[in-house]
Amino acid sequence: MTTLPDHTEKKLGLAIDLDTCVGCQACVISCKEWNTGHYGAPLSDTDPYGADPSGTFLNRVHSYESQPETGPAQLTHFPKSCLHCEDAPCVTVCPTGASYKRTEDGIVLVNEDDCMGCGLCAWACPYGARELDALAGVMKKCTLCVDRIYNDNIPEQDRIPSCVRTCPANARHFGDFADPNSNVSRLKAERGGIALMPEQGTKPVNTYLPPRAKSAPTGALTPVAEEPKGFLAWLDRALEAL
Amino acid sequence: MHPAPSVIFFSTFSGLGFGLMAFLGLGLPDVTGWVAFTFWFIAYACSVGGLLASLFHLANPKNARKALSQWRSSWLSREGIAAIATLLTAAPYAIGRIFFDTAWQPLGYATAALALFTVFTTAMIYTQLRTVPRWNTPFTPALFLAYSLSGGALLAGQPIPAALLLLVTGALQIAYWWQGDAAERDPESTVETATGLGRIGATRLFEPPHQGDNYLLREMAYRIARKHAVKLRALALILGAALPAGLLLVFSATHLVALVAVLSHITGLLAARWLFFAEARHVQSLYYGL
Repeated sequence: MTTLPDHTEKKLGLAIDLDTCVGCQACVISCKEWNTGHYGAPLSDTDPYGADPSGTFLNRVHSYESQPETGPAQLTHFPKSCLHCEDAPCVTVCPTGASYKRTEDGIVLVNEDDCMGCGLCAWACPYGARELDALAGVMKKCTLCVDRIYNDNIPEQDRIPSCVRTCPANARHFGDFADPNSNVSRLKAERGGIALMPEQGTKPVNTYLPPRAKSAPTGALTPVAEEPKGFLAWLDRALEAL
Repeated sequence: MHPAPSVIFFSTFSGLGFGLMAFLGLGLPDVTGWVAFTFWFIAYACSVGGLLASLFHLANPKNARKALSQWRSSWLSREGIAAIATLLTAAPYAIGRIFFDTAWQPLGYATAALALFTVFTTAMIYTQLRTVPRWNTPFTPALFLAYSLSGGALLAGQPIPAALLLLVTGALQIAYWWQGDAAERDPESTVETATGLGRIGATRLFEPPHQGDNYLLREMAYRIARKHAVKLRALALILGAALPAGLLLVFSATHLVALVAVLSHITGLLAARWLFFAEARHVQSLYYGL
C-alpha cells in the first residue's frame, strides 16, 4: 500500500558527518558490492569497460566548494543516498504499490515484483536517490541494507549498512532516530544535524552533520623570520657582494 | 526533464481524444449512424492510442496491470482508472448513437464528466511534483484541460467554441510560461538548501560523483538551448492557438479549413508539450551543479 504509515515504531537512518568524510568513495563501492549480490535485482552496468560506461548506484559522493564571505573556500565531500523520509513523496506517487515505507522501522523499500518501471517515484524524489536499473527495468534504491541489519547469519559487528561498516573515516553512523538516546540522535543533537532541502517538506530521517566552523588560517603562512640569520645571512651577504 | 516521445504522444493524443469524447457526450455534434461512428472512432483512436503509447514509457510493462491498485494515494493510478471508466461509459452511449439512433443522455453526460476528469488526473501526475517547480502550479491542470477542450471542440467540428477556447488556451499557455520563468528566477530550492552548505557561503559543485552519465542525468537533467526555446514557444503559440483560431473565425468552416486548423493545432500542441518536459527543471539536478 502506497499510503504512508502515520507512525513508525523505529526511525532507522544514517547520520552522515560532512566534517570527517574524506571523499574516498569506499562507501560507494561497498554499497554496490553488497547490493548487487543480495536484495533484489543486481545493480547493472552498461558498457562498463567501453567508452561510455554507466551504471546503477544507490550511494554517490559529490564534492562541493563553499566560499565564505572572508577567508579561503571550503571543500566538502558529500555522500548522498536515500534519506528514508517520513513524508516520502516517492511512496505516495507509486501506482502499483511497489514503493512502501515499513511501519516497524521506517525503511523505504521497493517491491520489485510489483514495480512496472514508470519512474514516477524517481521524479518525485528531490534528492536523486532512486535510479531505474537499465537492465532489470525496476527502480533501485538504498534499502539501508535491510538484509544485513537483521541478519543473524553474519557476525554481529557486520549487522549495520555496508556503507557504515566500510567507512574508514567513521563519517557514517547508523541508528534509530526515534530513540532520543541512540548514537545517531545524540550526534544529531550535539552537532546540529540538518535536513536536506527542508522546503520540499519530505522530513528526511537521515541527517547531515554540518562541517564545524574552521578557524581562520591567520599567520600560518607568514614568514617566520624577516631577517636571515647564521649561514643564510652569510650566503645572503656573500651573494650581494658579488 | 527528458522529453520522452512516448509520454509526449500519450498526453497529447489522450487529451485530444478525451476532449472530443467530452463534446460527443454532450451531443455535440448531434449525429448518428456512420457520421457518429467516424467521430467516435477518432475519439477512441486518439485516447486508446495515447494510453498505449504511455506503455512504451515503462521499463517493466508486465506489471502495468497493477497500476490500477493504488488510487487512494497515486494520481497515476487514478488516471488509469478514470481512463478505463471513461472508455467503458462512452461505449454504450456511442453504440446507441451509431446503431440505434438514440442518445442515452445520462450516459453521455457521465462520459463528458469522466473524460474531463481523466484529463485532470493526467495533469495532476505532473502538478503534484514539488520537485519540478514549473509543473507544481494550478496552471498545469488548467492548461491541460484547456488544450483538451479546445482540441476536442476542433475535432468535434464546433468552430466558434473551438476558436474561443483556442484563444483562452493561448492565454493560459502564456501565463504558464510566465509563472514558470518567474519561479525559475527566484527558486525555492538551491544548491545551498540541497546540500545545507549555504551556512558556509555560496556553494558550487567542485567534483561530480561520476564522469559518465547515469539515469539521473539522462532522465532529469535535460537542458534545452534558450534560443530554441523562444522559437519553439512562438511556434507553439502560433500553430497551436493563433492560426487555427484565426482560420475558424475568418473563414466559413469547410472540411478543408477544419483539416488545416486541426493539423496546425496538433503540431503546435506537440511543440508545447515537448517544451513542457524539456523546459522543466528537476531540483535533484542541483546536486549536479545544473
